[in-house]
Amino acid sequence: MTLIQILIATVVFAVLAPVIGCFLAGLDRIISARMQGRVGPPLLQPYYDVRKLFEKEDAAVNTSERVYVVCALIFAVLSGGIFFGGGNLLLDVFTITLSSLFFIMAAYCTRSPYAEMGAARETIQVMSYEPMVLFMAVGFFLATGSFDVSAIAAAPGGPAIGKIILIFLGVLFILTIKLRKSPFDLSMSHHAHQEIVRGMTTEMSGPTLGLVEIMHWCETVLFLGWTGLFFLWGNPASWILALVVVALVFFAEIYIDNNFARVKWQFMLKSSWLVALLGGGINMAFLMLV
Amino acid sequence: MAFASKSPWVIHYDGSSCNGCDIEVLATLCPGFDGERFGVVNTGNPKHADIFLVTGSVNERNIEVVREIYNQMLEPKVVVACGICACTGGIFSDCYNVIGGVDQAIPVDVYAPGCAVRPETLIDAIVAGVEVLDQKSKALAEAKKGK
Repeated sequence: MTLIQILIATVVFAVLAPVIGCFLAGLDRIISARMQGRVGPPLLQPYYDVRKLFEKEDAAVNTSERVYVVCALIFAVLSGGIFFGGGNLLLDVFTITLSSLFFIMAAYCTRSPYAEMGAARETIQVMSYEPMVLFMAVGFFLATGSFDVSAIAAAPGGPAIGKIILIFLGVLFILTIKLRKSPFDLSMSHHAHQEIVRGMTTEMSGPTLGLVEIMHWCETVLFLGWTGLFFLWGNPASWILALVVVALVFFAEIYIDNNFARVKWQFMLKSSWLVALLGGGINMAFLMLV
Repeated sequence: MAFASKSPWVIHYDGSSCNGCDIEVLATLCPGFDGERFGVVNTGNPKHADIFLVTGSVNERNIEVVREIYNQMLEPKVVVACGICACTGGIFSDCYNVIGGVDQAIPVDVYAPGCAVRPETLIDAIVAGVEVLDQKSKALAEAKKGK
C-alpha cells in the first residue's frame, strides 16, 4: 500500500464516515425507540444535535481539552483511512488506540472529579477490549498470511471467517464496548446522561461535544468495517455478504443495547479477557499448531 | 438556520416540590408522550442542556443551587418554570423559608402552571421555550459575527 493511497482514503473517510455514521446513529435511535414502544426522533436527529452544539456558546474549562479532542478525532479519521485504504491492520489498531488515549487525556486534563472518574472507567474499557483487538489483527495474519487489509480482503479461497470464527465471536463481544452500548457503556453511555456513566463528557460542551459526537460516528463506521472484513475474499460478491453481516451485527448491537442492564467494571474486565483468552487464544493456537 | 429548536436538551432540577411535577416531567419523556419525537433528551449535565426545567419553589437553601445550575448552562438557554410552585411559590408561598417562584432566583422564559403540571402543558411549554431558544440562538450568531 502506498502512502498516497492511504492519504486519499483518509480524506474520503473524513468526508464520508461522518455522513454514514450520522445516518447509522439516527437509525439506532429510531430502532431503539421502536423497541421501547416509542415513535422516536427523526432520522437526522444526530445531525441536528451536532449542528446545535456548534451553534452554542464557545466555552472551555482549559486550553488543552479541545486540543486533545481534536487529536483524538484526527487519529480516528487517520485510522479509518488506513483501514479503508487497504493499509496495515496492525497500524490501524494502534492508531485507533492512540485516538482513545487522546480522548482519555481530554477527560483527565479538566481535573473535574466526574470527568476523572469517567476517564478511569474509559481506561478500564480500553484495557478490556485491547487484547481481543490485537488478537483480531494477529488472527487475520495467521488466516491469510498478511496484515494488509487489501491482501486480506482479496485473499484467495474463502473468507477469513472460515479459519477464525472464534476470533470473530470474540470481536463481537468487545464490539459492544467499542460502540458504547449497554451492558458495557461504562464511561460514555448514550442513554443515561448521568455524572458517572457519562463522566467522560462532563466538562465537554458546545463545539467540543460536537467533535466528540463526530468522532463517535467515524469510530462506528470503522468498527463495523472490521466486522465486515471477516467475510471478504477475492470474490466481488463477498462485499454483499459483508454488508449483510454488518447490518445484522449492527441490529444485534442495538438489540443487546436495549435488553441488557449495565454491568460493573469488574465483570466487564474479567469477561472480556476470558473471551479474548478462550476465543482468541484457542483459535490462534489451533491455526499455529494444527 | 437555527438548529437549537430541533434539539432541545433539557435538565431537570427539583427545587422544593412535592415530587408531583417531577413525576410529570419524567412522564413527558416516557413512551406515552415521547418527548424524543422533538429531539428532547434528558441530560444530567448543565453544560449539555439547553432548557432548564425547574419544579418546586425557591427557598433559602436551594436558591444558590438554582443559580449555580443556571450559570453553568451555556447560551442560548431557556428556563421553564414547571408547575404552580415554580411559577409563584404555589401552596408553599406562605412558608417561612420559601422565597417564591423560580423567577426570584433566575430569569424565567416560560411559565407552565398546574398542580401537578400536565405532560401536555409541559410539551407546550417546551415548544414555546424552543421558539425563545431560536431567537436567542440567532442573537448569539449575530453577536459572534459582530466580533
